Amino acid sequence: MITAREVEKRYGTTRALRAVSFELATGGCLLVTGPNGSGKTTLLRLLAGLATPTRGRLEVRAERSRLGYLGHEPLLYRDLTALENLELYGRLYRVPERRERAGMLLERFGLWEARNARVGSFSRGMTQRLALCRTLLHEPDLLVLDEPFSALDDAAASLLDGELATLAGRRTVVLSTHDPGRVLALATARLALA
Amino acid sequence: MTAYAADVAALARKDLRLELRARDTLPAMLLFVLSTLVVFHFALPRGSGGAAAYGLLWVALVFTALLGLARAWVPEREGGVLDGLVLAPCDRSAIWLGKACATLAFLVAAEAVALPAFALFFAPLDLTALAGVGLADLGICAVGSLVSAMAAASRTRELILPLLFLPLAIPLVVGGVGASIAAEGGRYLLFLALYDGVFSILSWASFEYVVTE
Repeated sequence: MITAREVEKRYGTTRALRAVSFELATGGCLLVTGPNGSGKTTLLRLLAGLATPTRGRLEVRAERSRLGYLGHEPLLYRDLTALENLELYGRLYRVPERRERAGMLLERFGLWEARNARVGSFSRGMTQRLALCRTLLHEPDLLVLDEPFSALDDAAASLLDGELATLAGRRTVVLSTHDPGRVLALATARLALA
Repeated sequence: MTAYAADVAALARKDLRLELRARDTLPAMLLFVLSTLVVFHFALPRGSGGAAAYGLLWVALVFTALLGLARAWVPEREGGVLDGLVLAPCDRSAIWLGKACATLAFLVAAEAVALPAFALFFAPLDLTALAGVGLADLGICAVGSLVSAMAAASRTRELILPLLFLPLAIPLVVGGVGASIAAEGGRYLLFLALYDGVFSILSWASFEYVVTE
C-alpha cells in the first residue's frame, strides 16, 4: 500500500524529516514513534498528500477518497454543529446515507446527545472524538492518525482501542503516538524517527 | 444537479449558515459602506458633480468587498479545515467556487443597502451603472476568493490581501466607473464581462495550486 524510499522533507533550510524508507502492505499497521520534532507529523502529512517530499520517492496506493486523516487540528468548523460538520464531509466524500452513518458514529463515540451543539462549545476531548468520527465517516481503506489518543479520556481511549482492533487487518493504518505500548499489539511494523 | 454543482451549493450554503450564526462579516460590510458614503457626502464639495460621486461609490464598493474578502477564509483557517476540504475527493475548484458564491451573496446584500443610500446622498444609478456593479461583483468575487485564499496561507495575510487584490481590481474600477458615467456605457460592460470570463477561468484553474503544496 505504501512505499517510501529515502523520503525527506525540508522547509527552507530546516529539515523537518530525515530520510526515511519503509514499506507497508495492505492491511498492515505502522506505528511511528519518536521525540518531539523528529518529523512524525511531517511524515503523516506527506502520507496524506498534504505535503510533498523534498527528496526521495513516496508512493501511496490509495485514492484520495479512500484516505482518512486525523491531524493535530480537528479539521472541523467551530460554528457548525457536530452533525452539520459530519454531513458536510459526508456529502464531499459521497457517503451513501450519510446522516445515518454520521448518527451511528456519533452514538458510538458518545456524542449523540451533543449532535446539535456547535463544535466551538466542545471540550478538547469531545472535539478529538468528533474528529475521529470525521476520519472514519467514509470507511477509508488507509487511515493516517497523528496522535489519535491525545486529549481522550480513559473511556474514549478504550473505545478507540476497540475501534483500532476491529480495523486491524482489514484496513491499512499508520499512526503516531507517544504511548506506543497502547497499540504495540496491533502494529505489524514500527518506525522510530530520531 | 451534478455532483460538482451539489458540492459548490453545499460549500456556499455552509458559508451562509456560518455567517448567520457568527455575524462576523455582513454587519461589518454594511456598517463600513454606509459610514464611508456618509463621510463622502460631507467630504465632497457642493457642485462637484455626479462624476466625482460615482468615483467615490466605486472606492466604497471595492474597499467593502476587501473587508468581506479579508474574513472569507477565516472559518477554514481555524481548526485547519482547509486541509480537510483539500483532502476530500471533490474537485478542489468547487471549494473556490463555493467561497466565491458566498462572498458574492454578502457583497450583493451590502450593495442592496449601499446603492439606495448612494442614490439618496448623491445621484441615482441608471440601468447601465447597475449592470456595471453586477458584473464588477462577479469579477471581484472570482479574483478576490482566489487571492484571499493565497493570503490566508500567509502569516502576513492582512498585508498581502490588499497588495494582491487592489491591483487586480483596477480594471474593475475602470469598467465600473466607465459604465456609470460614459455615454457609451455598453462598451465598458463588455469590458467587465470579458474581465469576468478571463479571470474566472484563471481562478478556477489555478485554485488547486494555491491550496496544495
